[in-house]
Amino acid sequence: MKRARVAMNGTIYEAIEDNGFLQLNDQHKVTEKDVVWLPPVSPRTVFALGLNYADHAKELSFHAPTEPLVFLKGPNTIVGHRSETKRPPDVDFMHYECELAVVIGKMARNVKASEAYEYVLGYTVANDYAVRDYLENYYRPNLRVKNRDAFTPIGPWLVDKEDIPDPMNLVLRTYVNGALVQEGNTKDMIFTIPMLIEYLTSFMTLNYGDIILTGTPKGAVNVNVGDEVITEIEGIGRLINRII
Amino acid sequence: MGNAVVKIFGMPNITEAEVDPENNSIFLNGTQYHVNQLSLEPPVSGTIYGVLLNYQGAFHRYRKQMTHSPYNEPPKAPILYIKPINTLSGYRSPIPLPEDADELEVGAALGVVIGRTATKVKEEEAFQYVAGYTVVNDVAIPHENIYRPAIRERARDGFNPVGPWIIKKESIVDPDSLDIRVFVNGKLAQKNNTKNFIRPVARLLADITEFMTLYPGDVLLTGVPEQAPLVKAGDHVRIEIEGVGSLENTIVHEADYVKGAVR
Repeated sequence: MKRARVAMNGTIYEAIEDNGFLQLNDQHKVTEKDVVWLPPVSPRTVFALGLNYADHAKELSFHAPTEPLVFLKGPNTIVGHRSETKRPPDVDFMHYECELAVVIGKMARNVKASEAYEYVLGYTVANDYAVRDYLENYYRPNLRVKNRDAFTPIGPWLVDKEDIPDPMNLVLRTYVNGALVQEGNTKDMIFTIPMLIEYLTSFMTLNYGDIILTGTPKGAVNVNVGDEVITEIEGIGRLINRII
Repeated sequence: MGNAVVKIFGMPNITEAEVDPENNSIFLNGTQYHVNQLSLEPPVSGTIYGVLLNYQGAFHRYRKQMTHSPYNEPPKAPILYIKPINTLSGYRSPIPLPEDADELEVGAALGVVIGRTATKVKEEEAFQYVAGYTVVNDVAIPHENIYRPAIRERARDGFNPVGPWIIKKESIVDPDSLDIRVFVNGKLAQKNNTKNFIRPVARLLADITEFMTLYPGDVLLTGVPEQAPLVKAGDHVRIEIEGVGSLENTIVHEADYVKGAVR
């Protein structure tokens, strides 16, 4: 099942996808254009992975890491489907990052990779923007690069784990103004979803609703004001965002 | 009404109360209680952001390295990090010493609690967005290298005790001039003053909200002074911040750690 959180007529609804329509929790059916899309999960702790695809690490002139490069994101960054993201004036390079987002389904600590999927609730699509101009070599990637307001659209849907038999073999694509600019496959992750869950829970507790953004493949190019950026993952969804 | 807000275990809401930061006591229904007589929960629930190297002494310790690889140049913006929700704990909650660590660094930090949604705040108006102040132990596993985010070192369960309360901002005349003292097993182990901030509170709020919004209940940790005391299992830590209060916690082996337990 595909689940969304949407706002309409001053109310927040949970909705499920039904043949191209949205069925709200009060049983009304509406179209995608009738609602404001909220992040499908209300964010709490959000992890992100740097350099988790070998080709992207190479593109940024880094060796593939031997330990996951994890950083955290605040709730201020998370917005939903059809949101707008501000490109700061006077910067040279702002790029999108299409990422598979894993949503945790129950409290997890010291979980073995072989059992990791038991702790997964589902998946969604994330676009984790960055402004390279602000990179500094302290706790890098620093928050000014990655934790700006509305810099991480997620959605449209939370797709139940049961509907995605192999999350480690999904095609990711990004389109800017309709042109394909990034393409990869989750099978090329350096640290797989089970490895990441084992790694994180080896030293901390994950909670229901926590989100892990699993990194992006190569193909990061600059985006400009007015661009429509679509990040898409096979079987999960197609997330639209506009740069303003 | 009172000069502080506290979260007493079992009560649904935070409670306004008159507190005495000098001897860590609370007046409830006309009776004075020492905080050790009460069960207190962390008085905050928002996102917790830390600032690295915000004390002049802490910054200067790194100054030589800052012009070499991997840092290459001194930082321009505040160096920020996030303490996720699993780290949050309260007054007298034990702090776990993980099995893979020999000792922990005490992080005596003045916590600024946000009162109003703060985006692109001007430095001269910053205090309008502050609800008050609290004492935080921003615990970390000691680490020299600050090139990559220190998730393993800072984001462990129970690594962020907050309390005992939030002192309302009106009670603190100048948050940029407060004595901070750390006592380990009753002995003074560190002393500093927030006048040694590189970025004072208002400047931090301006620089941070320039690109990211802080929400009511979020906490900004204003930095940890240099020469942070190192502690081991069994050690008792008390962090005193002038006019704000005292936060006490004991270090326990991870195997003995139960969140919410009081020792």
